[in-house]
Amino acid sequence: MAESMALEPGLKGIASDWGSDQRAFKNVPWGKAMMWIFLLSDTFIFSCFLISYMTVRMSTTVDWPVPSEVFALSFGGEPIPLILIAIMTFILISSSGTMAMAVKFGYEKNKTMTFWLIVVTAMFGASFVGMQAFEWTKLIVEEGVRPWGNPMGAPQFGAAFFMITGFHGFHVTIGVIFLLITAFKVRRGDLDNERPGFMTGRKGRYEIVETMGLYWHFVDLVWVFIFAFFYLW
Amino acid sequence: MAHVEGQQHPIAIYFWIWGLLFVLSTFSYMVDYLDFQGLLRWTLIIAFMLAKAGLIVAVFMHMMWERMAIMCAILIPPMVIILLTLLMAAEANYVFFTRLFFFGAAPEMAPVLHH
Repeated sequence: MAESMALEPGLKGIASDWGSDQRAFKNVPWGKAMMWIFLLSDTFIFSCFLISYMTVRMSTTVDWPVPSEVFALSFGGEPIPLILIAIMTFILISSSGTMAMAVKFGYEKNKTMTFWLIVVTAMFGASFVGMQAFEWTKLIVEEGVRPWGNPMGAPQFGAAFFMITGFHGFHVTIGVIFLLITAFKVRRGDLDNERPGFMTGRKGRYEIVETMGLYWHFVDLVWVFIFAFFYLW
Repeated sequence: MAHVEGQQHPIAIYFWIWGLLFVLSTFSYMVDYLDFQGLLRWTLIIAFMLAKAGLIVAVFMHMMWERMAIMCAILIPPMVIILLTLLMAAEANYVFFTRLFFFGAAPEMAPVLHH
């Protein structure tokens, strides 16, 4: 209890936090600190994929397929460049918005709002995965893109595309599943009644909504980079 | 353990950031839609990307309200990625020119090899 009274801010705070002979991350529940560290490791994994993509794209002597044309979609008229990807981007950002609000209402112990906002977040996430499935199907079936080649240009395009968007889509899918689990826990009152979770003796508390939120925002964050480097570049 | 019922902020800030992210995403989409090319395109893409990433981490992930210890522990290590990017860019360039050289993609270079 004493620690929250005498915490120094800023740079002096680092020295005192790390030198406190206790946990270094003050005011952060350990579950949240662990989620941050997991996300840090995930950052490195996604960076490796994006950097490999940069390496193959820079080193190929064959022209790279133009993403703007590859991912164009026509609604009966002229094809609109990247339109599906733009919609997916807005959906993922919206899901981040609803998630951030779910965290806020969670700390206010507003069960109904937290539950519904998490459910809406999960629905946005599921529709994102659905659109990605559509995008993959179109690319594989209609355009003949394969991990080892494609009719549009450099053969590495498919490998980079399937690996990067596939790994991201996998993250979204796992996120949707855990969002639904979290929503269920909120509605059942696990977090109000401090009911211990599955496979743990720790009591339920609303900070798990924030930890879940960190993961979800990270998925959105990775998409920002994929959108910039893979689709727009 | 001191339990701070942490991270409660007015809802308006989330709506603001949500709106800003929409605007920035529209801008980055327009970069492609208006078909900007070259240095202008790359600069704009990176600028909008970093702005969006910053807003998500700072506000949605609450990093701006955390203590300096966790900010540094999480945000500084990814900086080494910049170094890896530079190294791999140099490597990719080398591979690219090697391919031009040996795979005959640039025929005018071939005589150089035979002397």
